[in-house]
Amino acid sequence: MALLETPARETRPPQPATRRRGRGRGAVNVNSPAHRGDARLAWVLIAPSLIGFAVFAVYPTLRGLYLSFTDFAVLTPPAWVGFDNYVKLASDDVFWSALGVTVYFVALSVTMSLAVSIVTAAVLHRLTSSTVIRGLIILPFLISAVVAATVWAWMLDAQLGIVNIAIESLGGDGVRFLTSREWAIPSIALINVWKQMGYTSIIIFAGLQTIPPTVYEAGRIDGASELQMFRRLTLPLLRPILALVLVLNVIGAFQVFDIVQVTTKGGPANASNVLQMLIYSKAFGQFDFGYASAMSFALFAILLVITFLQMRLLRANESEVSA
Amino acid sequence: MTATATRRRRGWTVGKAAAWTYLLGVLFVTIFPFYWILRTALSDNYALMAEPASLLPAGFTWGPFRRVLGLATTEESIAEGGSGASVELGHFLVNSVIYATLSTALIVFFSTIAAYAFARLHWRGRDLVFSLFLTALMVPGILTLLPNFVLVKELGLLNTFAGMILPGSLFSAFNIFFLRQFMLGLSTEIEEAALLDGAGRLRVLFGITLPMTSGPVITLSILGFIGMWNDYFWPLLVTSDESVQPLTLALAVFKQSSPQAQPDWAGLMAATLVAALPMLALFMVFGKRIVNSIGFSGVK
Repeated sequence: MALLETPARETRPPQPATRRRGRGRGAVNVNSPAHRGDARLAWVLIAPSLIGFAVFAVYPTLRGLYLSFTDFAVLTPPAWVGFDNYVKLASDDVFWSALGVTVYFVALSVTMSLAVSIVTAAVLHRLTSSTVIRGLIILPFLISAVVAATVWAWMLDAQLGIVNIAIESLGGDGVRFLTSREWAIPSIALINVWKQMGYTSIIIFAGLQTIPPTVYEAGRIDGASELQMFRRLTLPLLRPILALVLVLNVIGAFQVFDIVQVTTKGGPANASNVLQMLIYSKAFGQFDFGYASAMSFALFAILLVITFLQMRLLRANESEVSA
Repeated sequence: MTATATRRRRGWTVGKAAAWTYLLGVLFVTIFPFYWILRTALSDNYALMAEPASLLPAGFTWGPFRRVLGLATTEESIAEGGSGASVELGHFLVNSVIYATLSTALIVFFSTIAAYAFARLHWRGRDLVFSLFLTALMVPGILTLLPNFVLVKELGLLNTFAGMILPGSLFSAFNIFFLRQFMLGLSTEIEEAALLDGAGRLRVLFGITLPMTSGPVITLSILGFIGMWNDYFWPLLVTSDESVQPLTLALAVFKQSSPQAQPDWAGLMAATLVAALPMLALFMVFGKRIVNSIGFSGVK
């Protein structure tokens, strides 16, 4: 890096480039003497990022991996236990049940979110380019999950909630959305979809705008209906964006925490005890950091595999019209 | 006009009507909760119980706002169905402003100067460091949260703004990548002319490149501020002291400490509105930019 620099040089502002000795021969472009001193400045400029990367990204990742092989309760030094945590994990019913609950949540949430978002984006694309409408649709994305969870806890309240009042006035039976075992996860998924749907729609909408209108004109000339064009043209052409959105949604949903923590805290009777919630309570409720770290890495491994599979299945790099 | 043409035109119109109906439905579901926050926040808890379906505030009162801002007396708040415990969101609001503003300003600044080093300077190891940085995009928060908590604890920074802000304010792979791409797309003519005229690299960076990059810098700042303002998990881990806790934590605590049998819904909604208001204001000013930047992030 600094090898090419003459030792004790004055200050940074370079003299007119051509006067400097070196390989440049006066050109101002790549590797010319105009870029002398670049290295020193560059390392100064990236220093904060480099420190942040090393100290708060690389080090904690490696340390987390190490901690997952230890028994660690924060106050005493970690004690190496080999694969004990992972062995325990494999036969831990609570972990597998949390994984099941999480997968159920991810499946519900991502399916609903993608279905609604694709239709919304397509409808927006065909009807209006109004920024106001698109703006209104992403409003829930701007507020915190805690706010979203609080509002919906109120609207879904068993006694006074407006949703139940509406259901009952239509002749239905009231639903104990957040307080019953069967409804806890679907309700949390609903809140999550409400919060994420606009964001996902806007990304898909932007993808739709990159499809040239001539594609549709050709389709129309061939006598295709709107629905046919949607299935045969739009969806295949959107494949790369859909893959991206799917991966983002799945990764986000697997790490759901805020909404659960505010609405059900994992209850009733662990019915909504998702993985992130379990990791949190293991670490900060029972101070079992070693075991919690092992669970984090298990979750990470699951995410890696799923992301890889999704990319493969959707062949994200290519979009194609034949389908 | 032939019959088939008419039918097709009419069919298209029916489809269009259905599409508009769907869109209006989506908009209704999206916006109604915001109205419901406002309506409930201006209600009296006892009146709410009597007429829970009223579309207008039940027993209109400013009480809930006075309650959560610590302006109401205990008797006043109990009379309207509050718990009587004072909440005082005011200083949590200040904490949130400090946390979100400092975090955003630092991360955007550090990302910008790093992006400049990657986009404009020539140095050995540049591409290697850049691809190393990009690997961080693969690492989800779950892996770093617990160890970072341990680290912040060891540094003695629990319950400090430094501990909350530091881990997230130095390095952002996404920001650096985003800004570098933008800078690479800019014409370098002006910068080169300035360099030839003897301007220093730093002067070029702050005097020319940075102003030309202001668009994406503002966008990243807005998105960063929204993210930090809404952040819940990290502050939950590293703070237990009200003197530094942000609004999201206060709201969650308020929600959880509200009596199960008879929660202070009006007060909760007032607190919710206070927490959401800055984001709604941001939306009023920068809505279009936010919408466009989200779309852009997907297409890129």
